[in-house]
Amino acid sequence: MTDQVYPSMSIADPHPPFVDGMQKLSTALGLTGLLMLILAWLNQFSGDSTLVWISLLLITSGTILYAWRQYMPLPEGIKNNGVWFGRLTSRGWLAWATGLVITFFYVCLYWYPGLVGLGAEGQSNTGLVAFFDPISMAIKDKPASQWFVYGVLYTLAILIFGVKFILKYRHNQYQILRTLSVMFFQLCFAFAIPELLDRLNQPSMDFKNMWPLNYYFFFDWNLDKLLSGGNLGLFMLVWGIAMILIISPILTYFYGKRWYCSWVCGCGGLAETAGDPFRHLSDKSLKAWKIERWLIHSVLVFAVIMTIMVIYTYLTGQSQILFLNSYNIREWYGFLIGAAFSGVVGVGFYPLMGSRVWCRFGCPMAAVLGLQQRFFSRFRITTNGGQCISCGNCSTYCEMGIDVRSYAQRGQNIVRASCVGCGICAAVCPRGVLRLENGTVDIKERTTAVRNIHVPVGEVKILS
Amino acid sequence: MKIVILGNGISGVTAARFVRKMSNHEIIVISKETDYFFSRTALMYLYMGHMRLKDVQPYETAFWQKNRIQLIRGEVSTIDFHEKILHFDPKFRAQETILGATPSSVSYDKLVLALGSATNKFGWPGQDLDRVQGLYSYQDVESMEKTSQDISRAVIVGGGLIGIEMAEMFHSRHIPVTMLVRESNYWDMVLPPEESKMVGRQIVEHGIDLRLATGLKEIKGNDQGQATGVITNPGDQIDCEFVGLTAGVHPNIRWLKESGIETDRGILVDEYLQSSIKDVYASGDCAQMRTTRAGRRNIEAVWYTGRMMGEVVAHNLCGNQVAYDPGIWFNSAKFFDIEYQVYGQVPVESSEKLETIYWEGDDGEKSIRLIFEKIQKE
Repeated sequence: MTDQVYPSMSIADPHPPFVDGMQKLSTALGLTGLLMLILAWLNQFSGDSTLVWISLLLITSGTILYAWRQYMPLPEGIKNNGVWFGRLTSRGWLAWATGLVITFFYVCLYWYPGLVGLGAEGQSNTGLVAFFDPISMAIKDKPASQWFVYGVLYTLAILIFGVKFILKYRHNQYQILRTLSVMFFQLCFAFAIPELLDRLNQPSMDFKNMWPLNYYFFFDWNLDKLLSGGNLGLFMLVWGIAMILIISPILTYFYGKRWYCSWVCGCGGLAETAGDPFRHLSDKSLKAWKIERWLIHSVLVFAVIMTIMVIYTYLTGQSQILFLNSYNIREWYGFLIGAAFSGVVGVGFYPLMGSRVWCRFGCPMAAVLGLQQRFFSRFRITTNGGQCISCGNCSTYCEMGIDVRSYAQRGQNIVRASCVGCGICAAVCPRGVLRLENGTVDIKERTTAVRNIHVPVGEVKILS
Repeated sequence: MKIVILGNGISGVTAARFVRKMSNHEIIVISKETDYFFSRTALMYLYMGHMRLKDVQPYETAFWQKNRIQLIRGEVSTIDFHEKILHFDPKFRAQETILGATPSSVSYDKLVLALGSATNKFGWPGQDLDRVQGLYSYQDVESMEKTSQDISRAVIVGGGLIGIEMAEMFHSRHIPVTMLVRESNYWDMVLPPEESKMVGRQIVEHGIDLRLATGLKEIKGNDQGQATGVITNPGDQIDCEFVGLTAGVHPNIRWLKESGIETDRGILVDEYLQSSIKDVYASGDCAQMRTTRAGRRNIEAVWYTGRMMGEVVAHNLCGNQVAYDPGIWFNSAKFFDIEYQVYGQVPVESSEKLETIYWEGDDGEKSIRLIFEKIQKE
């Protein structure tokens, strides 16, 4: 009889305890970078133009190193161990603290930019905004604004958490491609191109950000800017209208709203990358679904009415329409929807209500694309109901709060207006039940309950 | 008509749902395990922190009231098939319930027995010690949660689907695991050698101490009656504070043996899932088909057969004679990060009549096997 003691052979320890040198180092790096931002906010740094670069570099390297240490030693696969135990990921104190900090930051950005250091009326910046002046000077030869700070941090978040997301889902080609896509569109379309245009004194525009998400597209100052911007401005005007009327319906017909919401959009980009650890916090109840339908379509109606009034005022010069004033309506929209809903609630509440609160309950763009997806698109998620074990991973990890399981266990296709096609339901399914498809074979029956044929005979090729 | 369904697993609940779809009969579903139906196959994810109990319940709590399905939490101790009455054990107290007090008895017009399974034990010395258990019920997961705090090793006995799930569960909490598998390769009575070896590699890659061709001889205990280690069949001693028994399950019907209903390993049923007693049906894991269908076994404890049987029972309860016909065999599983699906019969050994094509990826983690009948060329 041998009396052998085997030590843990766990080379693939799913959540390594916090003892590893690399983990400590990367955490220290990232926190130092963050601390520098806070100190700058409190006016403790001034004058040294390299500090902001160092701070961002520390945050970047810390986050990526940490993610590398967390995921790369493990075999490829789904990494959801302990999600409902974590202080950050299961609405523990860390989640509340994070939510509060982000919310506070957004409140400052929108309503109290002076608090983050925006110089009032011609005065130079202080605090956090001044800290970013060197970057702004380098890119567009102008001092920073609070929106520049926000843009840099937002883009950085999508990039570094995008890298983390790719490492986490590196076994899944769809997830990798989709994430590279949102990283590209954020960096180039949302950030670099508009800033460079600004530097060249051209009208600037985020070419992928379309009305009604870009609710100010038809505001007088934007129209004036585009109309006085020469050929480029005119092109932007035509492009913006073509995006909503032609390009997006065609793409949504072929691929569903996912081409935008989880491949291109900046809000979606942040939700999919930085928001990924919170995707399971979305409410799956029927009640939430009901609220969602009322709320998101109300916002769409609000956006449409507001825009019609704004255009009317622009064309006629009259701002009073019946008992409503178009300037007031537009201000209220900007305050309620543009700032409070999409910014403060949309991102600030990530750790409490999940990463897609805005996309699900508020985004008028998502509402438009959702209606197209529901009634006029090839996209659906097919389900192999026989193999479904009703485990609930798909529903739990659906960031849009869709009860995916209720369809899967009946073998029913999933055609839902809110589905952004992120594909995580299919990734976490332990039985390979779900598949995102754009096929046309049985398109007419895509919402019928019983449907089995996925592959038409003509598409089957016998090799040799 | 009053239909009573004993068991709120997938089979019992599917029967209830379909009866409601087809009729206005009174429906009562009884369970001693949990108030509400949950996905048994997802129990592992509770322990691993992927989901909460609420997340593995496919229907919201309002569903039952809305569909007029009455739920009772309690343990039925005896069934009087003659008087058509179920008697509850008055001593049973559910730890947590919001369903209210258990009645002392319930009468029925038609009864469905959807009793599920129980863990196999093969008379191993020490098998009834504390910290020795299987993984089948919600209570099993609760007890794993309780007993596995701060343990230094778990030993899992049995190389099947539940064994690997248990290994994955402990692994998710950094608890070292030793798996004793009697066969010379993992699950090799079901998987052909190539697949079996692939899964074996996957288990080892995840840091599990996999001992093939190793059985359990004895479980050692301390003065408090708790397991402290095992002795394997070659005679090695392995210290541990938890022993998982995962060498299969059997129909949970021992308590019915004297009740007058005809049983073998399970409750014997005809193709309409009717038992030897009129107005009494059996469905799911606990049912044993009197006539075995080609390509299938007469007891199949898998999720989808439970669901199919529940639907068939509902039809027969509502007066549509429908025979149980599950079609060809299929199944699926997940072994750590390897997803597995099978359709049709895949014999473990090659045969004269069958041809097989097997492809395996360079990484040794993906494979496809096709099996077909040989055609004699003239």
